[in-house]
Amino acid sequence: MHLICCPFCGNRDETEFRFAVEAGKRRGSVSSSPDEWAKYLYFQNNVKGDTREVWMHLTCGELFILSRNSVTHSIHGSEPVRKAAEA
Amino acid sequence: MRLPSGGTGITREKELSFAFDGKPHRGFEGDTVASALLAAGVRTVGRSFKYHRPRGIWGHGVEEPNAIFDVKLAGFHEPNARGTTTPLADGLVVRSINARPDASRDRFGFLDRFAKFIPAGFYYKTFMWPSWERFEPRIRAMAGLGEIDREWAPKAFSSHVHDTCDVLVVGAGNSGLRAALAAARDGRSVTVVDEGFAPGGQLLYRSRTADGEHAEEWLASTLAELSRLGVTIMSRSTAYGIYDHNLVCVAELKKATNPPISHRIRPKQIVLATGAIERPLVFPNNDRPGIMSAASALFYLRRHGVRVGERIVIASNNDSTAEVAEAFRVVGANVTEVSSVANVRGKNRVEAVIDENGRSIPADALLVSGGYSPTVHLFCQAKGKLAWSDERAAFVPKDEVQGVKVIGSANGDFRWRVQASWPTKPTKERAWIDFQNDVTSKDVALAARENFRSVEHLKRYTTLGMATDQGKTSNVNGLAALAAFTGRSIAETGTTTFRPPYTPVSMMAFTGYRHGQLFNPVRRLALETEHRAAGAIFGEYGGWLRPAAYDRDIQSEALRAREGVGIFDASPLGKVEVIGPDAGLLLDFNGYGKVSTLKPGRIRYGLTLNENGSVYDDGVIARLDETRFLVSCSSSHVTGVHLRLEDIRQDLFDPTRLSIHNATSRWATLTVTGPKSRSLLDSLSLGLDLGNEAFPHMSWRMATFEGGPVRLARVSFSGDLSFEVSVPQSKAASLFCALREAGARFNATMLGLEALMILRAEKGYIVIGKDTDGLTLPHDLGIVGPRDKRTDEFVGRRSLFTEWAQEKKRRQFTGLSITDGGGPLATGAHAIERVTGKSRSIGFVTSSYFSPTIGKPIALGLIENAMERQGEIIEMQHLGAVRKARVSAACAFDPEGARLNA
Ligand SMILES: [Zn+2]
Repeated sequence: MHLICCPFCGNRDETEFRFAVEAGKRRGSVSSSPDEWAKYLYFQNNVKGDTREVWMHLTCGELFILSRNSVTHSIHGSEPVRKAAEA
Repeated sequence: MRLPSGGTGITREKELSFAFDGKPHRGFEGDTVASALLAAGVRTVGRSFKYHRPRGIWGHGVEEPNAIFDVKLAGFHEPNARGTTTPLADGLVVRSINARPDASRDRFGFLDRFAKFIPAGFYYKTFMWPSWERFEPRIRAMAGLGEIDREWAPKAFSSHVHDTCDVLVVGAGNSGLRAALAAARDGRSVTVVDEGFAPGGQLLYRSRTADGEHAEEWLASTLAELSRLGVTIMSRSTAYGIYDHNLVCVAELKKATNPPISHRIRPKQIVLATGAIERPLVFPNNDRPGIMSAASALFYLRRHGVRVGERIVIASNNDSTAEVAEAFRVVGANVTEVSSVANVRGKNRVEAVIDENGRSIPADALLVSGGYSPTVHLFCQAKGKLAWSDERAAFVPKDEVQGVKVIGSANGDFRWRVQASWPTKPTKERAWIDFQNDVTSKDVALAARENFRSVEHLKRYTTLGMATDQGKTSNVNGLAALAAFTGRSIAETGTTTFRPPYTPVSMMAFTGYRHGQLFNPVRRLALETEHRAAGAIFGEYGGWLRPAAYDRDIQSEALRAREGVGIFDASPLGKVEVIGPDAGLLLDFNGYGKVSTLKPGRIRYGLTLNENGSVYDDGVIARLDETRFLVSCSSSHVTGVHLRLEDIRQDLFDPTRLSIHNATSRWATLTVTGPKSRSLLDSLSLGLDLGNEAFPHMSWRMATFEGGPVRLARVSFSGDLSFEVSVPQSKAASLFCALREAGARFNATMLGLEALMILRAEKGYIVIGKDTDGLTLPHDLGIVGPRDKRTDEFVGRRSLFTEWAQEKKRRQFTGLSITDGGGPLATGAHAIERVTGKSRSIGFVTSSYFSPTIGKPIALGLIENAMERQGEIIEMQHLGAVRKARVSAACAFDPEGARLNA
């Protein structure tokens, strides 16, 4: 059972969170090629090692970026989605 | 036998009586079932898993492979209790398992003579046998462990405790207590968990500590200091699993007649001082009752005053047994020490031990020590790696794991010197490696011969190391045998994977209170009491407990609402508010239809799609004012819609200009539907003009009800004139009363969900997930406007233009009318098309009812090219029977909408 840190609420139990998307994935639009759109819909990088992902803390409702390692399961930190995008 | 004095763990003043296999016995407080049976001279305590060999007690803790019992006490039942960890209690009823009628007279004992016909892999090979299923139940009944009593349920539920501390020490032996002391002196909060009845580990029965101190004195003073320092020591508490981020799960057996208490502890630092487990030696007939772990014999002597034999042979490959020999000599036993054993005489009990020189030594007990295996289970669960140490004849922790420290015997720091002695080849007579699973060195040799050379394969093929003890005593001997038989080193052979739980944990510990109603609590209506008083029959719909019907005759319930007026509780309908200057834009992006063009006071129906284009939800959206919308999503989609709106708000919009608020549970909604609904509401005198011009279909108005707000929305799911009346929850009961009172004059009926489903189907209204599936796109429902006209981006838009979405042969939503004069079609019946003799499904029925309004059956379905097929008669197949139906308009009631807009 992971302990995930919400940038607003601190360390909380994994069950309070939901994975949203791999960070940096861009939504396409009606002008996307079929391949681009299929990639957006169905393909993940599924990185082995250090990852950056967008998660939602369901109890506070905030999206944030979670840095973790998909092999060791260690959590490196988290930051609000907006700050990360503006930086 | 019990010695006249001695035994630090028992209270001789308190005698307890218990029964084993129907015979009465006595013991003392502080005894375990195992120590009491040893004191009573009972040798055979069970029968082995496969061959039904008589078996005696081997160990004194969780490693015990043989003494597994069915235990009953004051109504509490435990089907697979270890005798070594079960405290004796007055009135305890103990039965051996896998033995009929009991362990000493087992009628399947003859199976042992057929051993060569049931070798390793017996099941795998025999499963190939034709008509195996005829033999299987009987063979399975002959092998196995305890049986669950299906009638029995615990009186209390397992508590779940969540906790944290700076340092969690697992194991209260010599090393664990020293670590706890050091941490506590350092000012850190410390918890110690230990599976024994009292803290101390080996110090409870060895005379000296590892550092040579007097064990009893050191233990007493250490425990006193730990207590002064506020250290918590939990006995009978097994840490059975380590999970990510230092989560340690502990099952605590506090009261004999209660399920275990489940602790989930997240310490900053874990210290594993889990000790080591004594191994058997592998020699022919090494499983006979009376052969036991040397350390365990010493344990029973010192703790319970039990001398396990008079003429004792000690076979050992290490110097841990010197103290055992000495201790038994002191209490008058005749002790012979040997370094290895060639064979054992005696079937139901040891009679003589044959040493390596062929000398027969008369004996009634054989105490064995084949070295020690560090208890590395938790370390390995925490992803720690092991290294083989020839010097210590054991697998020991190799690298460090963050947050986990292994110390003492668990780390291979033994007090004893071991002269390893492994099986080199299978013996002529069977020598046991795994007592619990009846695996012999011959079985390991067979597996090696059949090329099951990987340890993981060996385990599955022979069942070595499986079942309740998970190879605690057998694992290393098995690996060593496999290594020898395949000509490899033990290091090359490696170990199997250690997985939680370390010891069996009762399912009750995991369940706790999460069962029955509490497993997944239903959401309940504010008006449940009122509905019950009105005769409602409840059902669960999308997690809500709702009135399914008020009348057993759902047809007439539906008809009364259709002809007069019905009152329906629609409170679970979503009420998610989207607020802010960008609210319209956000909803435009979220939905299929545009919302920003809606005028305040008006309501619009629309779909929302998934990004893959399929229909996710439908519902109406009301514009409350310029910057405020109310999204009325399906009852079962409220959480999903709320999260989705939050996702979009934070990810793609300026979140400072938007706010999403789920107000579903704040409002109670009662729908008044039917031709007389306006008259009924008029009689409430809400001070509102309900006329069709002042208050047209798809609009909403606010008014006052009992001094508070009431929101009326003119929307309809029945196809009739219909008003949704919403008040704050606190006013729900008064509104219900007012409507019922006023309704009496109009002969109003209470309307349940089942009757409403008929009404909506008559009108051809869809239920998402019932009349649609994961492939249904909006244009399959005939809604093409937004796809063709919208120029802005919205969720799922791109997917509407894929090759697949634009394919001609799509399953489309349609009505089906029955042309054969029969009753309603089966929901799920397939529409079929016959092409060159073969039939192919072209769709299926999604909703089917008898319509009381029309007086005949109606159906809705998803049928290939339904739009082109309108009027066509198609074949419907269900369970072999074929019927006919006409593809027709989905709306079978009031297609012009005169009733809706009345
Ligand atoms: Zn949070």
